[in-house]
Amino acid sequence: MVDRIIKKLPYTDPFLFVDNIESVTENSIVGNYTFNKNESFYPGHFKNNPVTPGAILTECCAQIGLVCLGIYLLQKEGTNIQEMQIALSSSEMQFLLPVYPLETVTVTSSKIYFRFNKLKCSVKMHNKKGAVVCTGILSGMLKEKNNE
Amino acid sequence: MDKKEQFKKVKEIVTVYLPEDVPKEAISKESNLINELNINSANMVDIVLDVEDAFGIRLENSDMDQIHTIEDALNIINQKVVNKNN
Repeated sequence: MVDRIIKKLPYTDPFLFVDNIESVTENSIVGNYTFNKNESFYPGHFKNNPVTPGAILTECCAQIGLVCLGIYLLQKEGTNIQEMQIALSSSEMQFLLPVYPLETVTVTSSKIYFRFNKLKCSVKMHNKKGAVVCTGILSGMLKEKNNE
Repeated sequence: MDKKEQFKKVKEIVTVYLPEDVPKEAISKESNLINELNINSANMVDIVLDVEDAFGIRLENSDMDQIHTIEDALNIINQKVVNKNN
């Protein structure tokens, strides 16, 4: 099941921020990602001082918390996903700690609702020490493209 | 809630999700939510969920597909409220 989720993700290097899904149910998902030292944004953010941008942490939360969970929910509904149409529709995040190259982060996402193709979740990212890196509410629209 | 109050309630709900450049005076029964009031599909879902809470009803995908104007929404709401009370 987990393999089937990751295979359906519409991202690839250098913009895939999911390594593993640790658990998934219809109400929540846990996944992780390790930022390698050669990520495309580190040379520019910041000069001689690589720190993972908040926008990328949000993206990582969205890929695991909205898109992976959304694929699971659509598959559970019996939708045979060939091609996905997805869009982030809102994000409200707080950032508490920096994430440096080679750090592994774990994203936990809890479904608030999934109705009419809109998934809204409460997300939290922890670092290896178990400290909260960022937290917030994300929502996005997800559907199977052939449904149009 | 009579029909006039229903319209007032729907107007209140929709107002919250109007883009900044659309004044709330633009909302009439004939207004098309997506094409005229510029409500995007994500906010359409929020409007439907708020309508469900406000009127104590549940809308299905097929209802959602029929909602183009405020009037369409009012008709579906009225029908669901009547069914609920019978």
